[in-house]
Amino acid sequence: MSPNPPKKEYTRKDFASDQEVRWCPGCGDYAILAAVQRTLPSLGSTPENTVFISGIGCSSRFPYYMNTYGFHTIHGRAPAVATGLKLANPELDVWVITGDGDGLSIGGNHLLHVLRRNIDLQIMLFNNQIYGLTKGQYSPTSQVGKVTPSSPLGSIDQPIVPARFALGARATFIARAFDTSKKLPAALSAAREHRGAAFIEILQNCPVFNDGVFDLITDRKTGPAYQLWLEHGQPMKFGANGEKGLRLKPETLSLEVVTIGEDGVTEQDIIVHDETNPSLAWMLTDLPEVVALGVLYRQPGPVYGDSVEVQRELAEKRFGEPDLHALLRQGHTWTVS
Amino acid sequence: METSAAARVQPSPRETLDSVVIRFAGDSGDGMQLTGSQFTTATADAGNDLATFPDFPAEIRAPAGTTYGVSGYQIHFAAHDVLTPGDAPDVLVAMNPAALKVNTDALKPGGLLVVNTGAFTPNNLKKAGYENNPLEDDSLDRFRLLALDVTKMTLDAVKQVGLGSKEAHRCKNMWTLGLMYWLFGRERDQTVTWLNQKFAKRPKLAEANIAALNAGHIFGENAELPHGINAYEVPSAHLPPGEYRNISGNEATAWGLVTGARLAGLNMMYGSYPITPASNLLHHLARLKHFGVTTFQAEDEIAAVAAAVGASFGGSIGVTGTSGPGVALKSEAIGLAIAAELPLVIVDVQRGGPSTGLPTKTEQSDLFQAVWGRNGDAPLAVLAAATPGDCFYMAIEAVRIAVRYMTPVILLTDGYVANSAEPWPLPDLDSLEPFPVKHHDDPEGFHPFLRDENTQARVWAIPGTPGLEHRIGGLEKDRNTGHISYDPTNHHRMTQARERKIAGIARGFGSAKVDQGDDYGDMLVVGWGSTYGSISQAVRLLRERGHQVSHLHLRNIWPLPQGTGELLRSFNSVLVPELNNGQLVKLLRAEYLVDAESLTRVTGKPFQIQALVRAVAERLQRNGT
Repeated sequence: MSPNPPKKEYTRKDFASDQEVRWCPGCGDYAILAAVQRTLPSLGSTPENTVFISGIGCSSRFPYYMNTYGFHTIHGRAPAVATGLKLANPELDVWVITGDGDGLSIGGNHLLHVLRRNIDLQIMLFNNQIYGLTKGQYSPTSQVGKVTPSSPLGSIDQPIVPARFALGARATFIARAFDTSKKLPAALSAAREHRGAAFIEILQNCPVFNDGVFDLITDRKTGPAYQLWLEHGQPMKFGANGEKGLRLKPETLSLEVVTIGEDGVTEQDIIVHDETNPSLAWMLTDLPEVVALGVLYRQPGPVYGDSVEVQRELAEKRFGEPDLHALLRQGHTWTVS
Repeated sequence: METSAAARVQPSPRETLDSVVIRFAGDSGDGMQLTGSQFTTATADAGNDLATFPDFPAEIRAPAGTTYGVSGYQIHFAAHDVLTPGDAPDVLVAMNPAALKVNTDALKPGGLLVVNTGAFTPNNLKKAGYENNPLEDDSLDRFRLLALDVTKMTLDAVKQVGLGSKEAHRCKNMWTLGLMYWLFGRERDQTVTWLNQKFAKRPKLAEANIAALNAGHIFGENAELPHGINAYEVPSAHLPPGEYRNISGNEATAWGLVTGARLAGLNMMYGSYPITPASNLLHHLARLKHFGVTTFQAEDEIAAVAAAVGASFGGSIGVTGTSGPGVALKSEAIGLAIAAELPLVIVDVQRGGPSTGLPTKTEQSDLFQAVWGRNGDAPLAVLAAATPGDCFYMAIEAVRIAVRYMTPVILLTDGYVANSAEPWPLPDLDSLEPFPVKHHDDPEGFHPFLRDENTQARVWAIPGTPGLEHRIGGLEKDRNTGHISYDPTNHHRMTQARERKIAGIARGFGSAKVDQGDDYGDMLVVGWGSTYGSISQAVRLLRERGHQVSHLHLRNIWPLPQGTGELLRSFNSVLVPELNNGQLVKLLRAEYLVDAESLTRVTGKPFQIQALVRAVAERLQRNGT
């Protein structure tokens, strides 16, 4: 017999706010929103303990559509706001919503530091390779040659690979998925279960300014040839019938795509995914011919909030009860009579 | 005639002085700041009132012997109350030619000049820009010169300890301090204790420094001082009874913030990025984790304030500290806290600007930035601390206003008030009125922009509270629901609501009151911030001469206290001295349509009292009063 009232069973509806969703028709953000609203109840999340913090851009409107706590902050700074919130209340389940421009251009510095500090939160980076809310300029993930209003002859910027950036920042969890994928909820769940900063790049279609940029990967017909869904301890195979896979080329320390049964390639040649191996993760972030999806890297490390707590306890042990009276008298005092 | 034993050990009579200003000057590696602060502690122990002014270069260790590497520490102490570090020193201690070169003009004619001849080498003279050795010509004749080979005497004194040459040379400052202690009748005990603590792990260094300190003192006891140089005595001041300590502004601000958070019953999150002269706020607070303080050294100024905003969203009091360039970077996030109506305290320890400006020098030129420096109509509260000790109370007030009105508050201090020290009567903590915060927890009729009828503050509902889930942000919100609203009328009303809320803060504190003088007269001198001491002293002198002058010192810069306009209009003229190019004066003219006149100075140093006296007297004469 439990003295507590039975826990409310939440459903996706409990996580949907009463606000009309105002993304463009066909925007990939709708699918991501649905995936999040569907996933949270299954993780035992509660609306009152969940917080979505965003910066600026299309993706950053996300918190308004969640019936949780939400803070739509300023351009690029969501990771810093979220850091402060976690320091104030480590119990909260905090999700940072950002985009390729918000997180990797104006907010690149904060993304770097929230990852290396390993703050216990989830970062969902919606990557549509374009600036949507400002009407279609190239972004830091746009491909070279991308023609936009601000690059009429094509972008000359080298694009960032978000997962590679995260790995460089020593992120302890890096996953990748795409907006309409059925496997997005699993990636979100894995991120949520990870203690520390969990980085998820979500390839997201912008139907207005960059339509179809991920079609080859996400299309039901062409997709299987381009989607490599990773599973820890399993051989890295893909293709409609799992006929393709990755093989390590020791002479160049790189991965190549091979077809099982061709040129003498067998199942044994296919490399097995080890999500704790940063060298492997480095190669997986930017493969030729195929896109690695799922959990690319997961290696738990010291969580910032835990270290803060350890130091607080240490200070309490060393200095005892807080005493303002004694604080003001530390060092030298004297009495005038 | 036989002299009794008692008479023989009786020290020679000391000349009594009412007040003394000493400036210690040397290379930035000479330890002048330590020497000055030790002299300060000993002087406080002797019962004098005092004020200090550390003045150091922006370079950490500028090339030795150069004029731009000169570090100074000025202390003014007296048998009466002291409000400023003094205009011109009576005593200059110059540890090398560069220190002499930089400070000669400041020393009063007839002043006592103590120089270390050991440092007056041809090389050092050249580096300081001297063609001839000033100790050998008549250029210093207007001073009473005490030229001593401090280097040699220090090395002799510490020889028995067996230090390396570099470490032995470093004891020069303690030798000098010992001599100054003897000259002014200060006790050595406290410095000996301090040296033993400081060098607890390197007892040889403690031993050598104490030997040097004692040697300097013994030199004073035994030396035949040149004609005109005596030992001095400055009788203790009649300070109000109570328990005292020396306090610097940044220390007081840090402790005030902690006290404010505790009076509010909140944890505090201090986000900061190192910047001169605000960095040691972070150092002080980082040691107070057991007081519910979390410090966060952020990746930049923006992250520092953004984290503070996040912490306030989470129910703590978010605080960030910085200097002018940092406030510029934080502006957008401060605007977010204004739009989201979250409490936030921003401490701006002002320094010379624009841009990087004069990082280690003081200035009051961020007033406009504080009051108006954001995009949009973005009102917030601005406070200014007048003295080092006042920082404690103003920091508490900043926290109080922030949580009571759900608003960012900027507390302006400056490099001078932050680093200088004064004896501070310890506050009676029990007399400080708590202002406990209760976060909103009632879902009935809740929306995030529900306002308190009195203060117009919106409710503070924090994540983790069941039933109050809501979204806030920088987009304009509907005043009745808290949802995003692009409605023109709503924006107009929300803009007015934000304005009204801030204006209403003035009802919660006292109306404008003169600090000194009558409520009417020939001239009102209006100051703010760290010019308090200079203006107060100048007005006192002018009033002693019979002038009808009063002093108003503003601690609430925005909103201004009620009755300020009436007070300004009760005087024939208004003068606003500021360490900037005229900022408060424009604010007062704009708000009250009074013909306030400006008096400005931006030399990186506080006002000199006599300069203020002259300026006021000239204007009174011109006005025919």
